[in-house]
Amino acid sequence: MTVVDGAAAPRTTPPKTKRRHLKQLTVRDRVSLGLMAGIPTLLTVAFVWVPALASIVLSFSSWTGFGDFSTIQWVGTENYKNIFTIYPPFDPAIEHNLIWLAVFFVLPAPFGLFLAVQLDKQIRFSRIYQSILFLPVVLSLALIGFMTELIFSPTQGLINNLTGHADHHVVDWMGDPHLNIWAVMIMACWRQAGYVMVLYLAGLKSVDPSQKEAAALDGANGPQTFRHVVWPALRPINVVVLVITVIESLRAFDIVYVINKGTNGLELLSVLVTDNIVGEASRIGFGSALATILLVISLAFIVPYLISMFRKDERE
Amino acid sequence: MTTLTTERPGRPRTAAPAPGDRRPPRAGRAALHVFLIGTCAVWLLPLLYAFYTALRPYADTQKHGYVSVGGHFGFGNFTAAWDQAQLLHYFWNSVLITVPALVITLWLSSMVAFVVARFNFKINIALLMLFTAGNLLPQQALITPLFKMYQMIPLPEWLAASGKLDDSFLGLILIHVAFQTGFCAFVLSNYMRTIPKELGEAALVDGASAWRQYWQLVLPLCRPVLAALATLEFTWIYNDFFWATVLMQTGSNRPITAALNNLQGQFFVNNNLISAAALIVAVPTLVVFFALQKQFVSGLTLGANKG
Repeated sequence: MTVVDGAAAPRTTPPKTKRRHLKQLTVRDRVSLGLMAGIPTLLTVAFVWVPALASIVLSFSSWTGFGDFSTIQWVGTENYKNIFTIYPPFDPAIEHNLIWLAVFFVLPAPFGLFLAVQLDKQIRFSRIYQSILFLPVVLSLALIGFMTELIFSPTQGLINNLTGHADHHVVDWMGDPHLNIWAVMIMACWRQAGYVMVLYLAGLKSVDPSQKEAAALDGANGPQTFRHVVWPALRPINVVVLVITVIESLRAFDIVYVINKGTNGLELLSVLVTDNIVGEASRIGFGSALATILLVISLAFIVPYLISMFRKDERE
Repeated sequence: MTTLTTERPGRPRTAAPAPGDRRPPRAGRAALHVFLIGTCAVWLLPLLYAFYTALRPYADTQKHGYVSVGGHFGFGNFTAAWDQAQLLHYFWNSVLITVPALVITLWLSSMVAFVVARFNFKINIALLMLFTAGNLLPQQALITPLFKMYQMIPLPEWLAASGKLDDSFLGLILIHVAFQTGFCAFVLSNYMRTIPKELGEAALVDGASAWRQYWQLVLPLCRPVLAALATLEFTWIYNDFFWATVLMQTGSNRPITAALNNLQGQFFVNNNLISAAALIVAVPTLVVFFALQKQFVSGLTLGANKG
């Protein structure tokens, strides 16, 4: 944080008004500003970016993690080869992450938008509806894991008891590896829809009401107004919802880990990474390769998002 | 970004019909209410079922079934869960992690935001991107080297019984701070940009140092955003499951959200007790929901919506 813009310029040049006050900074101010930005940056770099980059580097190694760095063996792309060929949980994990992503796109995202549009109309009790639909958002995902068990437990759960499957013809929502991911998805959507709704509600408030009125005066009906006036104005929110949907699908962990530690039909990439470090397993290189796959997928969405956002920022 | 999104004025909310009033017609409105009431009922069902189950003794649900009426009702499951599993102890662990992490996060992120928003340094945008991108990464993408790193960093005995950053309160606090600073810095810098530059320049002319400008001028003006972020970050840090599960191996030192998983099966053997325990753990977040919903929502939307 030492590069100050224009600091090297000779004093005689007429200062750009925008940057003028930088030159008035005393040495003490510069030091304190450097510390103010530097300490948090150091912390984030050390605890977030160094590990993230180390994931990539270590993914080309074989290391049990016991002993010092000299016990690291470099194995090239062997970890990746093994992941794609002889690591049975990988395919189901990718499949479940994709299911997660697809379901989040198809259900909570449009439903959240739909709810927001309905609640943005001038109807009574809108605040109360909003609050209730928003309630699951404050709950932790771990807690939602417990609630999934409460509701879908084969003999003690709400669903089977309601549908008469608790005593005979028991539907094993939690134990059946083809069913349990869907039970989990229902509960994950329960929370996600409220989240998306809140974001869209805020976005809808920034739509200029006079434009909607103008459209109505021109004879546009509800759907037409939505398509031509509201939807274009929601573009920034759509991008945010897209990013959140992707990130939340990749981060998904707590619910399945609470239920069965992410096994037997609930495998996810995030769980596989964790499995390689917790407990007895300690395969740093292999876990890092899995983490790198996760990192690359997420950066493919994060980087374009940030670039577009900050480019817009600079134009302003 | 001149006001908190939820407080944005300028949208007529009056019930009086005006030209261009876009309220749906009466029949449509009735259908809408029916739909919304139905949806809300479904939305509340999981929590109401958990609460109903928690109120009933295990013996009664065994006799009558879980979806039934009749039998006894009371708070026996709640007191049993509270005592048997020493939930107070785990709540205290959560306090020990959440409060310092929250305060340090807000402090550090407000300093970064101040530098980025109030001065034109060349690396500002890069700095902000570093923070924001860091916050968007999946935690699992960095956990493997982080875990190893934590095992290698020694801590003095008085700071951590484990003797290292791994399995210590400080370790959890630090990763929360490092991870959450990005989001808060992003939100705060957007807000600080809207404070007129002349204010800072006037202070500079008066000979106020950069630090005094930050501490006495800018920070007090950021109170509403800080309140929103504090609410949001409290909830997020309190709700954390992943960091605590991986980086805190000593079960009795885990914060309550992560501890519940260990206690299941050990103390909570039936769904009635699990419901009660889960609801007790949800209390702080429910308090946020009922008392600070406005701050929570504005924190969320401020991060997502720059306008």
